[in-house]
Amino acid sequence: MHTRVQIVSIVFAVIVFVTVFELVRQRRLRERYALVWMAAALVLLVLAIWSGLLTAVSKAVGIYYPPNALFVIAFGFLLLLLLHFSAAVSRLSDQTTVLAQRVALLEERQRLAEQSPNGGLLPGDEREPAAAATRSAAIEGGLES
Amino acid sequence: MTLEDSTFLAVVPAYNEAGSVANVVRSLREAAPRFDVVVVDDGSTDDTARQAASAGAALVRLPFNLGIGGAVQTGFLYARERGYDYVAQVDGDGQHEAAELHKLVTAMAADRSIDVVCGSRFLGAEQRYPAPISRRTGVHLFSFALRLMLGQPVSDPTSGFRLYNRRAIALFARDYPHDYPEVEAILMLHENHLRMTEVPVSMQLRGTGRSSITKTRSLYYMIKVSLALVVGMMRRRTVLEPGDPAPVSGERGI
Repeated sequence: MHTRVQIVSIVFAVIVFVTVFELVRQRRLRERYALVWMAAALVLLVLAIWSGLLTAVSKAVGIYYPPNALFVIAFGFLLLLLLHFSAAVSRLSDQTTVLAQRVALLEERQRLAEQSPNGGLLPGDEREPAAAATRSAAIEGGLES
Repeated sequence: MTLEDSTFLAVVPAYNEAGSVANVVRSLREAAPRFDVVVVDDGSTDDTARQAASAGAALVRLPFNLGIGGAVQTGFLYARERGYDYVAQVDGDGQHEAAELHKLVTAMAADRSIDVVCGSRFLGAEQRYPAPISRRTGVHLFSFALRLMLGQPVSDPTSGFRLYNRRAIALFARDYPHDYPEVEAILMLHENHLRMTEVPVSMQLRGTGRSSITKTRSLYYMIKVSLALVVGMMRRRTVLEPGDPAPVSGERGI
């Protein structure tokens, strides 16, 4: 029953699986992201082959035409993937922000170091040795925390 | 430690403010000489950086535009690295007046339990800030919401004219909201048991440049800040303790 859609689904799942595998092999996709895709392809594959399971699932959920359940499940998986990527993008942009701030602060300090002959003491430090001491202590502290 | 031997830093976030940033720096150096001035150039495409440097400010240039939250946080990081005792945030567009800074300092000095002093446009009866009605409505809405959440009146939650002490600097150097950060920052203070107060100040309408809040974006602003407030209330702890999972790490999935 429904062999045609089953075949299409199987072919589709296999293509996804092979593509993801190949991307990981070429190091163009990290395993962490590959796993979600592979899980999606695997579920699709199992459901496409084992149509009894799909019928049971669709009956339980109340879908009259079992292949539709297949697409509903695939759609759910895609939504999950997209959410996964939104989270990944958020994390990346957080990391980028931190990097940009570090770069800017380091550049500023490097500029000071290049300008001054004493190599990186802050302006005003020559006038007030005590202030220089406390300030460099504070810098050390800031780096540690 | 008395206020006399404390160190003060004025952080001026500036994004494409070439027309006003030099004046802001100069007026700070004249009217508030105790403050060192650092301009955080938030990836400007105009002459902002050169104007700021030639006016005599220290300059931190972000490699690209991070938005106001990221720029201000850079100022906190700068202050923490150099061990400043107090940080004032002064916008680069000239709407905050350097001559008003002493009011914030006085309020901070008057009560040692205060961690943040906010300049408010709406506190004194004589101060009338000629803001557009739409902007004022938003401000009052957030003001109302914050009063419910904090149990403390906040007359001007969107004001960026603020003075922070070391505890507040440490908090915000670690974690500061991204865009439109002012309202959320007040909630963060509350959740981390830092105390804040307001003093009446007068502000200018923006001279040159563009506000980050245009008409089309104000709806997004309202929704984003409301979401941030609701989520912020649910969040158990905004500041990490040592040993917590890193907030920015390469190792987390969904």
